[in-house]
Amino acid sequence: MKLTIRYFAALREALGASEALEITDGATVADVRAALVARGGRHAELLAGNRPVRCALNQAMVPETTPVTDGAEVAFFPPVTGG
Amino acid sequence: MTQPRVRIQTADFDLSAEVAALRAEDAGVGAVASFVGTVRDRNGGTPGEVSAMELEHYPGMTEASIEAMIDEAHRRFDIRGARVVHRVGPLLPRDQIVLVVVTSAHRGQAFQACEFLMDYLKTQAPFWKKETTPEGARWVDARVADDAALARWGIASDNAGPTDQGTASK
Repeated sequence: MKLTIRYFAALREALGASEALEITDGATVADVRAALVARGGRHAELLAGNRPVRCALNQAMVPETTPVTDGAEVAFFPPVTGG
Repeated sequence: MTQPRVRIQTADFDLSAEVAALRAEDAGVGAVASFVGTVRDRNGGTPGEVSAMELEHYPGMTEASIEAMIDEAHRRFDIRGARVVHRVGPLLPRDQIVLVVVTSAHRGQAFQACEFLMDYLKTQAPFWKKETTPEGARWVDARVADDAALARWGIASDNAGPTDQGTASK
């Protein structure tokens, strides 16, 4: 299935604002993150498991165990600092 | 005509105008509590070290998440209305960043809901601050203290922690 990946803040600066990702059915947000890490380079460095990365699925914060669906928008970003 | 409860904008806002607009809708209001967050010229360090700030957000998700927070505030507190305005884009020290206004019949619920909304917003709304300093631009680290503030309301947040690698600035 096809996903749109979006990045914000420091991740956006390093990886770009968005990209497409093809992933197998049944994948979770954690699988998506792992697939991006597998690309190596800056992706591997910035999305590694020990990095403080938060995620949203279709514009709602979710735990990484959440399954993704075809056409979903998955976003990765640093801890939020508004207010 | 009901006005939007949440606005994300680059333009500045006017506290008096926002309060007046919220009160105009409801003659049952007996209390108005408000909070205004402003840009500091420091981040726990040297006065003047922060010369500018840039606020980024996640269009769509930011508005929706704050709408959900206001719904939650209405469930938890006996309030009559709420409004949140948050600025994005380039800002300077002393600029206003965020406004929360809450109305209720009596003061207690308005005070509490205002604080609740700010605690929620600090840790759950997708905004990111980038500061300009003499050493260059840097993304602001999330604070564990902000997660603790939300925990007072019985809501767990691990926005800053447990994988927070930022260095505390205090």
